[in-house]
Amino acid sequence: MVSVIKVEGVGRDFTVRKKVGRLRRNAFVVTAVTDLSFVVQRGEMVGYIGPNGAGKSTTIKMLTGILVPSTGELTVAGLTPSVERTELARKIGVVFGQRTTLWWDLPLRDSFELLRRIYRVPDPRFRTNMRTFSDLLDLGPLLDTPVRQLSLGQRMRGDIAAALLHDPEVVYLDEPTIGLDVVSKSNLRDFLRETNRERGTTVLLTTHDLDDIEQICSRVMVIDHGRLVYDGGLTGLHQLGGARRTLVVDLVEPAAALELPGAETVRVEGPRQWLSFPADASAAPLIADIAERHEVADLSIREPDIEAVIKQLYTNTSAWSSPPPFVE
Amino acid sequence: MASSLSAVGWNIRAYLLLARMWIRVSMTYRASFVTLTVGQFFITGLDYVGIAIMFSNVDTLAGFSFSEVAFLYGGSALCLGLADLVLGNIERLGTRIRMGTFDVMLVRPVSVFVQMCADEFALRRLGRITQAAGVFAWSITALDIDWTASRVAMLPYLVATGTVIFLAIFTLGAAVQFWTAESSELANAFTYGGSTLAHFPLTIYPREGIKALTFVIPLGFVNWYPSLFILDKPDPLGLPPAIQFAGPIAAALLSVLAAIVWRRGTRRYQSTGS
Repeated sequence: MVSVIKVEGVGRDFTVRKKVGRLRRNAFVVTAVTDLSFVVQRGEMVGYIGPNGAGKSTTIKMLTGILVPSTGELTVAGLTPSVERTELARKIGVVFGQRTTLWWDLPLRDSFELLRRIYRVPDPRFRTNMRTFSDLLDLGPLLDTPVRQLSLGQRMRGDIAAALLHDPEVVYLDEPTIGLDVVSKSNLRDFLRETNRERGTTVLLTTHDLDDIEQICSRVMVIDHGRLVYDGGLTGLHQLGGARRTLVVDLVEPAAALELPGAETVRVEGPRQWLSFPADASAAPLIADIAERHEVADLSIREPDIEAVIKQLYTNTSAWSSPPPFVE
Repeated sequence: MASSLSAVGWNIRAYLLLARMWIRVSMTYRASFVTLTVGQFFITGLDYVGIAIMFSNVDTLAGFSFSEVAFLYGGSALCLGLADLVLGNIERLGTRIRMGTFDVMLVRPVSVFVQMCADEFALRRLGRITQAAGVFAWSITALDIDWTASRVAMLPYLVATGTVIFLAIFTLGAAVQFWTAESSELANAFTYGGSTLAHFPLTIYPREGIKALTFVIPLGFVNWYPSLFILDKPDPLGLPPAIQFAGPIAAALLSVLAAIVWRRGTRRYQSTGS
């Protein structure tokens, strides 16, 4: 395994000036990211999630060289981003979901052509990539349209193709599916998986859409209040933050709400009852208990909804992470 | 050294690539391009019309004849026009920072300075250049002076140093926006405003003004000092004649300053993120 991104003890503070009184302005230090450490291996697809203002964009900016870290060290593809920014630019691709990296007035085709020259993509490689992207992202009919006339979804496809045109080792996708319809989202995810498989491109994506994570990423990093609060597989995430599973029982006869140790009956509707229990506990003793008291017609278990898990995680971590965001 | 030379070569190539692309974009709306270019020709020409009207009432201005003032005007406007063509849109830096589109430039493998210079490269600025060059050329034919070899040689020297001085002032004005994003108007005061000051013989300004235009913001070196030599005029400050040839030194110093401020500005941006 080759590590492509190495982040060690990285922190980032901002000085913010606030008006106090008519002329006085006080400087506050705001910590955006604290003691961030992680390693990403070549070919990994990592989801980077967290609530607004948690430090996701700050991290991406440090990984691209836009921002210098206040503390700690980081390298991407063996380069120090803020120092070797232009060299690094050839090895990375960036998609800012909210704003395009394409030229507004240029037809998509010309934007790609210009990028080919700026990134010095060899001709045969450029042709192959263009063919692949046109196929997978269905860009063909859009190539002669100026970027400003494209819809959000079309523009995003263009942006993603643009970010991958020079075969970058690492791609950062900042909210790539924001504002896209269901079909475009699904196509985009297919494309990303395909690219990752074919080229071994390392992908780091930030998103608010947890489906993105579930469908693309094998690994999730959760950041909150500038700290990494979770780094691991999706399944592990379920167990974290006090997630609960739900047992749905259909009794033969309607009955009063069940009272069982280790479970909480959250809903009763005729013969059907919903019991919530910790995600890491086994459902077997619970089922045995119910079968002892009532005749059971049917059973099903619902896994915790990832969205709920994350929500839970955010509220929990907000409670533990003691440093206040403003330190004078 | 070889690698930094190739970096310079690459950045020039990248500049030309970007500029060419913007020219193509403007050519897709040919009618609007022609209108804008012609419009710029006439609008910037109004300054000259003003000077011409003034000279229909007076014969000389501070000892300078109409063709001599036209020579000063043409020199200053031509240098400004050339610098404006090369990097006029660098003044949009503040807007780009506010909009967040400066970040997009930072992830491309081309110097951000080059990208800012070439940003929306506007060939329509040839309107201003043609107008200024026209006045400059006419004044040269109209001047009643003996065109010795050294005077002729002074002409390209004037245009080259003057353009470099304006390039540096444009860059400085833009670089200040790394600290105060809203200061593009201030920058305009020095570039377009400075050029207007230099339309006239500096003798019409107070001595302190001339000193400021020599030692603080060296706009005097754009056209004034070379013109003293070409037009054989006395220096109102009585400085040694060598100052008439000191333009390249002033241009070099100002360029170095501009480069330092720009570099510190980008560093600051990378460390503040705003």
